[in-house]
Amino acid sequence: MSAPGEFSVTTRQLNLWYGRFQALKEVSVSIRHGLVTSLIGPSGCGKTTLLRCFNRVNERYGNVTTTGEIKILGKNIYDADVSLIELRKCVGMVFQRPNPLPISVYENVLFGLRIHHESGSFPKAQADAIVEQALREVNLWEDLKDQLQARATTLQLEQQQKLCIARLLPLKPEVILMDEPCSALDAKATHRIEELVMGLQERYTFVVVTHNMAQARRISQECIFMLLGEVIEHSATKDLFLHPRQERTSEYIEGRYG
Amino acid sequence: MRPRWETALEWAIEWIIRLCGVSAILFVLGIFFFVFREGSGYLFHGFNPVQFFTSIEWYPTSQSNVRYGVLALIAGTASVTLLAMAIAVPFGLGAAIFISEFCTGKWRESIKVVIELLAAIPSVVWGFIGLTVMNPLIIKIFNAPIGLNVLNGGIILALMSVPIIVSIGEDALKAVPDSYREAALALGATRWQLVYRVLLPAAKNGLLAAVLLGVGRAVGETMAVLMATGHAIKIPTSPLDSVRTLTATIAAELGEAPVHSQHYQVLFIIGILLFIITFAVNLLADLAVKGIKGK
Repeated sequence: MSAPGEFSVTTRQLNLWYGRFQALKEVSVSIRHGLVTSLIGPSGCGKTTLLRCFNRVNERYGNVTTTGEIKILGKNIYDADVSLIELRKCVGMVFQRPNPLPISVYENVLFGLRIHHESGSFPKAQADAIVEQALREVNLWEDLKDQLQARATTLQLEQQQKLCIARLLPLKPEVILMDEPCSALDAKATHRIEELVMGLQERYTFVVVTHNMAQARRISQECIFMLLGEVIEHSATKDLFLHPRQERTSEYIEGRYG
Repeated sequence: MRPRWETALEWAIEWIIRLCGVSAILFVLGIFFFVFREGSGYLFHGFNPVQFFTSIEWYPTSQSNVRYGVLALIAGTASVTLLAMAIAVPFGLGAAIFISEFCTGKWRESIKVVIELLAAIPSVVWGFIGLTVMNPLIIKIFNAPIGLNVLNGGIILALMSVPIIVSIGEDALKAVPDSYREAALALGATRWQLVYRVLLPAAKNGLLAAVLLGVGRAVGETMAVLMATGHAIKIPTSPLDSVRTLTATIAAELGEAPVHSQHYQVLFIIGILLFIITFAVNLLADLAVKGIKGK
């Protein structure tokens, strides 16, 4: 794991096309380890696309072409010898709609470990400890310790989203990607998820896509503003919002478009 | 103000659509009533259910001692269905998984078209294949005295059930939300892990329904098994034994049984039995599908 202050994710001249449509243009950013970095910009600016490049899940749809490089932990993830399975183990993702798997809470937390272990099974005591620790870290243990066998899809949305964060932790990821993690939640739940992210940030690198500029100001130390597939500005969050260097940035944060 | 005839037309169309909706119920009830009426005379006067279900002696036209035992026929239907499912379930579910999860674009469409074509082949053509292709093949490979047997009928029936299992199984897999796939893939699951750890558990009710509808198809199939199973009334002890199924018996004998004779009525009682079996299987399949939404 890299030391604080170093870069977890670095992209160089990253271009991406969906069919003929170019969604990312010459994106070069360096995302620091141990910070929360938010990606902001109007709809269709490519922020979710960029996020989904970091664990290569956008390749599911087939007609995607990518050039340039993304380095995570010093390794270009587009190299031919990179295993997607290992990449996704070290780059976790939280989605817009909470998507726990339709199995028990307990098995959701262990799912990642089971698929990455040859046999997929561990001693019961060890498994119990892993589940408890992961649920404690996301403040779910007290709520759920008596319903570990409940189907995860029956939980409240907030609990589901916390569980989706908890299931990444046993894999000890380097980076956690979040795609508008609070957009399905109410204000109180949003607040608690934000606190959770801020509590976990020192050990992981968070990259959070958000539509909500106030949220970006609350949770992130660095902020990347994108427009039409390009990175317009990348700086410390307070600088970006108080002294934007680019006119397009200031117009966006003042709400003139977007 | 709208003209009165428009309102009347609206009303009439609504009623026609309503009638179409309930007609299916009427037809099913009507068919059941007819089958039941034809068999009921003997069913309530002189029918011996113990002999019917436990005897393997089926001598409907004997001059001195008429016996109606359908145990061997039930065994025939069961053995052919069982063998058919042993072949069709792995193939059908495998194909459904392949089409829904491992296949994209043109490939997927063309495989689906071909499988639908398989469903469109008339059953008499399947029977013909059983007679002319499978029969000599089985004789040659297994050195059997005759190739018209459980094995032949089972393979033919399997081929006929696969399209049903594939299309309903594929629907069940398609109904699994894509967010589950993304969740598992983003955690680093391989495609096979995704299938057996996430999709199969999530779609298990729908897949069970697919299998049960395949069973229903196999139990009810007549012409192909009539031609392929060899027409011997006995309980089979190996896949190379010839058998006769419930359906084949009705098809083969109804034309020769004098209308409203005892024999004729017993054939209709077999019809009632088949009706009940397929109804139960379909009901189970329906309940299995409902199980998905219940949770």
